[in-house]
Amino acid sequence: MIEAENVHYSYPSKVEALKGISLTIKDGEFVAIMGQNGAGKSTFVKHFNGLLKPSVGTVKIDGVETTKSSVAALARNVGFVFQNPDHQLFSETVEEEISFALKNFGFEQKVIEDRVTWALNLLSLTQYRKTSPFLLSGGERKRVALASVLAWDPNTLILDEPTIGQDHEQKEKLRQFIMQLQTQKKTVVAVTHDVEFVAECNPRVVLMKEGKVVADGVGREILTDPAMLEMSSIVLPQVAQVFTKLSALGLPKDIIDLYEAKALLLKTKERLAR
Amino acid sequence: MSVFDGLKFRKVSSPIHNLDPRVKFVYVICIFVAAILFRDILPMIVLFVMQLPFVFLARVQRQWLRSLRGAAFLASFIFIINIVTTYFTKSYTLPVADVENAFAMTMRFVVLVESFSVFFLTTSPDHLGLALETSRVPYEFAFAFTTAVRFVPVLAEEAQTIMDAQKARGLELEKGGLMKRIRNYIPILIPLIVSAIRRSLELAEAMESRAWGACKKRTNLFALKLHRGDYVLIALTMMVLVGAIYTYLFLSIPTIASLIGVA
Repeated sequence: MIEAENVHYSYPSKVEALKGISLTIKDGEFVAIMGQNGAGKSTFVKHFNGLLKPSVGTVKIDGVETTKSSVAALARNVGFVFQNPDHQLFSETVEEEISFALKNFGFEQKVIEDRVTWALNLLSLTQYRKTSPFLLSGGERKRVALASVLAWDPNTLILDEPTIGQDHEQKEKLRQFIMQLQTQKKTVVAVTHDVEFVAECNPRVVLMKEGKVVADGVGREILTDPAMLEMSSIVLPQVAQVFTKLSALGLPKDIIDLYEAKALLLKTKERLAR
Repeated sequence: MSVFDGLKFRKVSSPIHNLDPRVKFVYVICIFVAAILFRDILPMIVLFVMQLPFVFLARVQRQWLRSLRGAAFLASFIFIINIVTTYFTKSYTLPVADVENAFAMTMRFVVLVESFSVFFLTTSPDHLGLALETSRVPYEFAFAFTTAVRFVPVLAEEAQTIMDAQKARGLELEKGGLMKRIRNYIPILIPLIVSAIRRSLELAEAMESRAWGACKKRTNLFALKLHRGDYVLIALTMMVLVGAIYTYLFLSIPTIASLIGVA
């Protein structure tokens, strides 16, 4: 469980990035944190594994204050995948890259091998086991970075812009994978601008603006509120846009799911035909 | 990192910022020469105080103080080394003149740091490049130089991100013996170097696609021209130089100790 209470954070340059955020994320929840550039999303999630410590207020992970623990100790339970994989890849082979964190956490050699195989398989990277990560494409490097975090099986996973540079197929795989984590009661926090991806996943959505939380609720409500989204420079998901335009037909506006949309439209078509 | 903060340019308008970079550079070199010329504390104090009006006119007091604070460690190191070596070479005594000499050496370092700090704090990389160009340095080199200066803060920020990313994977930089600690930096240095190289290749491509080097003869949007302030600074520079050489050749410099009657 992640509990943030009245978190303020100022960078050494005196820029106040967070201005009093209180938020609780329960075990097993899937939360998408959205908002315009510079809203403080990344700054906020960096508090979850202790990379940043609040200037005022507290952040507790499973009841322990982050100020009382080291990043390495917190990271064992909170995995953080950074936006740009090039900021972390350094090993000669993909295999070594993935085992880096496992070695840091002191896993046994046999376990490390098993975990690496498991993670490679999970992200369809098995054929690159002995390849240099620098020779892979952007999307593949991103998956290596994700695999290197998933390998130690943290209870909470933080993803910073996970869909950037991924084609639709990989995004769909990512979505299925997050759903799979959900069934294992893992907590997933994703910082993202990708409104379509969020609409497809339909998680809890937390909207941030200028260092504050401005909205917090189910995706279906927040992603269909044009005024709220415009404030955060986010456009409605395409499905919601269509349904907003079609409201004259007596259709509901709060639709973001493609299958639900199709069913509703077919029903309306039948009604109009009669 | 505070030393580097004390050298980082911020765009503001002040009489000092608007001075011609070439004239400023000559002035700094002149201060440099004067500081090297003397071994006594009095001239060092004069040189130190002489910079203060520049600092206040440019309104960079805070950054300037930070650069001095950054230099404090090395300065105290210089002082201690001077004191310790005198103590042992002068058969375990500490004559007042030698303590003063140690002070003078320390002040010399402080004067150098201070003057370069003022120069870099008040001169934009663009101006610096322009100054190099007008001093007949080939444009390619001038451009490479300004680009390098410009990318220092970018790289520093990137290094921080990389450190965060590796810490999030359980890397503990302060753990282990000396060799282990050095090895701990490999996961930070490799991504930093790789991304710097990648960035430079991207920059090269971006420059090529914007026709860099298409015509041999370039003109600049801003031309450097000497204004009244620059002539004042040139006059001041001459006065400092002449004054310093005259003092060095013809005047004897009293020590502080003799002035207050200690020795």
